[in-house]
Parts: sequence; structure tokens; C-alpha cells
Amino acid sequence: MTAPLLEVTGVGKRFGSLTVLHDVSFALAPGEALGIVGPNGAGKSTLLNVVAGTLPPDGGRVVLDGQDVTGTGAAARCRGGIGRSYQVPRPFSGMTVFENTLVAASFGAGLRSRAAADAAFAALVTAGLDHHADTPAGSLRLLDRKRLELARALATDPRVVLLDEIAGGLTEAEVPALVETIQQLVREGVAVVWIEHVVHALVAVVTRLMCLTYGEVLAVGEPRAVLADPRVVEVYLGSTIAGDEPELGETA
Amino acid sequence: MTAVAQRPAAVRVRRGGRAAWAGAGLAVVVVAVLGYLPLLTTRGTQVQLVGLFSLVVLGTMWNLLAGYGGMVSIGQQAYIGIGGYGLVYLASTVGVDPFLAVPVAAVVCAVVAWPISYLAFRLAGGYFAIGTWVIAEVVRLLVTQVDALGAGSGASLTGFAGLEPTYRIAYVYWMSLGIVVLVVGGVYLLMRSRLGLALTAIRDEPTAAGSLGVAVTRAKRLVYVAAAAGCGLAGAMVVANTLRVQPGSAFSVDYSAMMIFIVVIGGIGTIEGPIIGALVFYALQDSLADLGNWYLVVVGVVAIAVTLLAPRGLWGLTRGRVELFPTGYRTGSR
Ligand SMILES: Nc1ncnc2c1ncn2[C@@H]1O[C@H](COP(=O)(O)OP(=O)(O)O)[C@@H](O)[C@H]1O
Ligand SMILES: [Mg+2]
Repeated sequence: MTAPLLEVTGVGKRFGSLTVLHDVSFALAPGEALGIVGPNGAGKSTLLNVVAGTLPPDGGRVVLDGQDVTGTGAAARCRGGIGRSYQVPRPFSGMTVFENTLVAASFGAGLRSRAAADAAFAALVTAGLDHHADTPAGSLRLLDRKRLELARALATDPRVVLLDEIAGGLTEAEVPALVETIQQLVREGVAVVWIEHVVHALVAVVTRLMCLTYGEVLAVGEPRAVLADPRVVEVYLGSTIAGDEPELGETA
Repeated sequence: MTAVAQRPAAVRVRRGGRAAWAGAGLAVVVVAVLGYLPLLTTRGTQVQLVGLFSLVVLGTMWNLLAGYGGMVSIGQQAYIGIGGYGLVYLASTVGVDPFLAVPVAAVVCAVVAWPISYLAFRLAGGYFAIGTWVIAEVVRLLVTQVDALGAGSGASLTGFAGLEPTYRIAYVYWMSLGIVVLVVGGVYLLMRSRLGLALTAIRDEPTAAGSLGVAVTRAKRLVYVAAAAGCGLAGAMVVANTLRVQPGSAFSVDYSAMMIFIVVIGGIGTIEGPIIGALVFYALQDSLADLGNWYLVVVGVVAIAVTLLAPRGLWGLTRGRVELFPTGYRTGSR
């Protein structure tokens, strides 16, 4: 195994008296993909926020490419190579779709003028949004907002990409294209962390799967083995494993 | 490099094209006509127009703060006052040429705003707004403690000695016109720059902007300091025009109400909006001057009417079809 690109060690997070994450650890090498499943409220999005620097952890460390970034802000981590999407999309509503990805390419990837524009547009092509390039982002439907989240994350030219439920709402016909996009990223050496309820999409991409419940790692390992784990099955009550469950209510 | 960087996708980006040239051409004509006016008009007209120019500058600065930087300040009168008082102190007491003292006063505002931003930025949303007001009140109280600045009663600008009123008024007019060009043109170029892209993102979604690599606080601080300098220029402009500064009026929160009115009526988040808003406010002020307090009622009714009928301001009625100062990026696919 190559040296880890991302190392998360013993991360904990509380909101008041509520412990949302407790002693969560994982490491990721370039070109490796980790899937995260777990019921709503398990702390998956919070874990992503801690890794991306949007939320400070109460304990533990986040190390990117050998450098401790635990005390570093989200913007610096993005410039350092961590790209992310939000489960509840956060578009720049008053800007066009293209301008949204241009922000990512300009500041996340540090590109200028032509190079920034080309990278921004290429990310839209990858996410299947290029035909909406000049549309105000505020007028996109939820599904396209999710595509924009992916496009912006890609436009930052990430080495590590953190994806939070981007497949929910896609039709069965659209899922393979998304899977192919993420597989392509992995092949190019990007490390991927993907939270997803559409488990069959996840299993098609990830090399490891982690199941989170109540902020703790319930099981982690080879995807099929984790999904067969009786404790994991119990958590899901058998339903979501099939992958055809409609999107669940969204939390922040 | 990832997939994205390798995939060939050359895109043609347009940034206003013909509209930008039309806007620039129109601006040149308007400024040329305005520049010629002192040769044709009375001193009274010029003094009034400088008042209008100060409104354009103030509206443009508030729009930069709130419309582009997402910072709703109701305390810009701190810098309007410092600009006015700075001019009087430098010109009347230190003996600096007033036309040199105006930009120096603006620099003073920027220098004061830098440390204040560290204080103000600890507050968010409504607390930021109130905090800026409190800071402005503190500055006003400090100024009224200084005898050299006329304490509570204010001071006069005396540095123009030797300049005939006709020339003085024309020079102040030209200086003010120059400041309008500098401020409006500067904001336009700023918003077309990389920093402008960052600011628009920050205005719309600061958290997402940060997650995409934008140094949010640094960009906001730059804007806050620039807006302080701009408001200082406006304050100095007003004092150069009226030759008098008083703590009650120079640090009045009425300035903030006025700036908000101008920007909201004209159209927030556009370069054109604050100019239109300033014209509307100036026209109302001018035509309703005899109404006394009823004037405020009319202004209030206009504000409510425009907010209801044109939520994006008067310039917003163009729905982006007309852009004299385009700042966006278009690829030609929709
Ligand atoms: N900013 C916050 N303040 C307080 N509680 C929060 C906050 N964000 C998340 N939570 C709580 O933390 C728990 C985990 O949330 P989240 O990480 O979004 O779960 P998941 O993504 O696994 O559905 C939930 O109980 C949620 O209500
Ligand atoms: Mg979540």
C-alpha cells in the first residue's frame, strides 16, 4: 500500500451534550475509494465537515499528505487538495452555473483566466451540466444543484474528493454515468470518500466500505463483507441495501 | 492533474462585449458633459451637483460592502466623519493643501478601518450591523472630546484661503467628479477582477466559497477597508463643498439610512443600481425640500413601493437584459 494521502485519526465531535462523532479513524491512499453508509443522523456529514475543515473537531487529527491540517481552515485545505460537495447543495445562487465552477477553478485550483475558464467548463461537461452553463444557479432543480456540487468539487482539481449523497434522486439510467465519472477519478489517482444511500452505486466504485452509527465505526472493510455483516443489516433493516429506496429526508 | 484538467474543453468566455463598450462610451460622454458644466452653470448648481456626486459615491460604497461583500453595515458614517474631520484638521490646523488633504483623509480612513475590521468581523449578521453602528458612535464621541476639532460644535474648513469662490467651487466640483469616476470605475474594475468573482461568491454563500478555496475573511477585509476609504472621500467631498463639519451631521446614522435607500431603490449587486438610486434620492430631496418632515414620509413610501413592485430595485427591472457595466462571465450556452 502506498503512503496515505489522507489520515484521519481518533476524530471526535460534540454539539453541546450530543456526541456526533466518537473516535473515528481511517486512512486513504491515492486512487483509493472509501464508501460510507449509515442511518440518518449517524454523523456522516459531520465527519466530512471535519475532514474538509468546515467544522473543527473536538479531538483527533486530520493529516493531508503528511501535513497536520487539523487547525487549518476550509479554504486552505481546499487549496491543499481537498474538494468536497455538500449534501444540501449550497450554490452561489446569484451567479451562473459556469461562474460557480469558475470560483472553484480560480481559487481551489489556483488557475487564472483561460486555464481557469477551461477547467471550470470541463468540470461542467464531466458533471453533465454544460448545457446549463449560463443558467443562474439559483434556478436549478435539486438534481442539477447536486450535479453542480460535484462539478465545483471537481473544478478545484482535488487530490482528495469528499462526496455527500450526490446520487440520491438520479434515475436508474443516470446512475451508471455518475459511477463511471467517479471511477475515472479513482483511476487517475484521486482519493475518494463517498457517502451514499444508493448502495449499489457505491459498491461499484469503492474498495472499502465503512458503516457509521451513532458517530462510531460499526464495521469497515471489503464492501460485500460489510454489507453482509448482521449488525449492518440490522441498522438498515434490510431496506436500503437493495439500493432502490427513495431519497431519505435530508439533514444539514 | 485530474480528469478535469486533461479533458480538452476550450470554452469561449464573453464578458459583456458590445455592452461593455457601450457602457464605457456612455460613461465617457456623461463625464465629459459633467466636466464641462462649471463653464455653463451657476455656483449654486455646482454645489448641488457635488451633493449628488457624494450620494453616488456613498451608494456605490455601500453596494460594494453589502451587495458584493455581503456586509450589511450601518456604521459607514464613522468613515464619512473621519474623512470630513480629517480634511478639516489637515487643511485648517496642519496647513496641508485641501486638495491634497482629501486623499490623505481617505488613507487615514483605510488605516483606521484595518484594525476596526478585526473587531467588527467577530460579529455576524445583525450583530455585525449593530456593531458597526456602535463603532461609529464611539468614533463620534471620541471626536467630540478633541478641542482641536471643535469638540461638540464642529469646525470650519479654512484652507482654501486665496482662492476665489468661483474657482474654489469649480475645483471642488471637478475634484468630486474625479472621485466619482475613481470610485465607480474602481468598483467596476474590481468586480471584473478575480477578487470580484470571490466577492460575489462570498455574498451568495460564504461557507461554500471557503470550501472552494476562497480566502473569505481576507477578501472581506479588503473590501471593508476600501469602502472605508471611499466613504472617507465622500465625507471629505461634502465638507469641501459646505466648508463646515459638525459631529452631529458628519457621524449621523442618517447617512446609513440614505445609503441603504439608494442601493435598495436602485438595485443591489449592480454597478448601475446605486447611480440610479442616488439620482432618485437626489430628485426626491430636491423636489420635496419644502415639505419639511413630510419629505421623510414620501421617501419611506417610495422605498416601500419600489421594494414591493421591483424587489431587485429599479435597475433590476431590466432583468439583466441591459448591462452597462457587465461583470459576469457568459459562455453562450444556456
Ligand atoms: N451544526 C449542528 N449543530 C447541532 N447538531 C448538529 C449539527 N450538525 C449536525 N448535528 C446533529 O448531528 C447528528 C449527525 O448529523 P449528520 O452528520 O448530518 O448525520 P448524517 O449525515 O449521518 O445523516 C444529527 O443528530 C444532527 O442533528
Ligand atoms: Mg448527511
